[in-house]
Amino acid sequence: MDSVVMPWIAGLLILVMLGAALVALLSTSHLVAVAATSVVSLGLTLIFVLLRAPDVAMTEGVVGAGVGSLILALALKRLGLLSRTQRSESDE
Amino acid sequence: MSRAHRSVEWTPLLFSGGLAFLLFSLFMGVSFGNPPMQVGGMIHQQGAEALGAANLVTAVVLGYRGIDTLGELAILFAAATAVGLVLRKQKVVQPGEGIFLGELFDHAVQLLPAILLLVGFYIIFHGHLTPGGGFQGGVIVAVALYLPALARVSGYRTALSEERIRWMEGGAGALFIVIGIAALLTGDGFLSPMLGQGVMGSLLSAGTLPVLYLAVGLKVGSELAGLLLHLSAGEDSWS
Repeated sequence: MDSVVMPWIAGLLILVMLGAALVALLSTSHLVAVAATSVVSLGLTLIFVLLRAPDVAMTEGVVGAGVGSLILALALKRLGLLSRTQRSESDE
Repeated sequence: MSRAHRSVEWTPLLFSGGLAFLLFSLFMGVSFGNPPMQVGGMIHQQGAEALGAANLVTAVVLGYRGIDTLGELAILFAAATAVGLVLRKQKVVQPGEGIFLGELFDHAVQLLPAILLLVGFYIIFHGHLTPGGGFQGGVIVAVALYLPALARVSGYRTALSEERIRWMEGGAGALFIVIGIAALLTGDGFLSPMLGQGVMGSLLSAGTLPVLYLAVGLKVGSELAGLLLHLSAGEDSWS
């Protein structure tokens, strides 16, 4: 059963990754681009799991999808390119 | 507030196309399943017996390629130092100064570090038994150390100040090298495993490999935590 389903799952993941990569490339918002690169890393993580490389999958998930995106987002913040709807503290 | 926009760059697409073509033409020359290097097969046959680590990847990373790992740590150290150097004038964010993102977030940020530390150190200590190890667990530890800086609950302090994180980083790097030199003193090569193998699959096995991975984990964790704290410091462009 595994061998029947696996190629379809892998194909779906590759499609998602390609879509996310295109979004990262073409999006006009920096934050969306960072999130899309994270999605690419997440897809790659799952593909590594399918390929039975759990060590590499963990590294890719933790570094690529997690801290890598965090560092990119923090860099955006430092450069003043990250914008979000500001909620003032009096709102609480 | 207006959204920050960016112009779409087509150069990366062109670059990746060229890279894909190069890789494609490279791989056409290598037959599938017949690696030109023989060392992989040799390690596969002998690694488990020679080092006693249930996770063969760890045996390669720390046993056969220990100096490469030391090089990786050096690269990480150089990168983190460079970031610290560039951003050094900024004030590092201390707990209680973060951005207020709601009660739920604040309390989650207080609870999560303990769980993250547990998971991180579990992955580090079981690096020679199960997938994972110092690098993966270290990154999780780094996030655990960084999270409190995001909280804004008064009175909450992280156990580690920036100063202590720096000491941890230096100590872990020194531990790795000291173990390597100790192996030299026993008459073996630099970083060659010591202390026997133990029973494969038990927590205390594979000689010095778990200790080396603990050093790697602490170094990666403290280094990345310091880098994240530095990056999130400075003038607050959220507001």
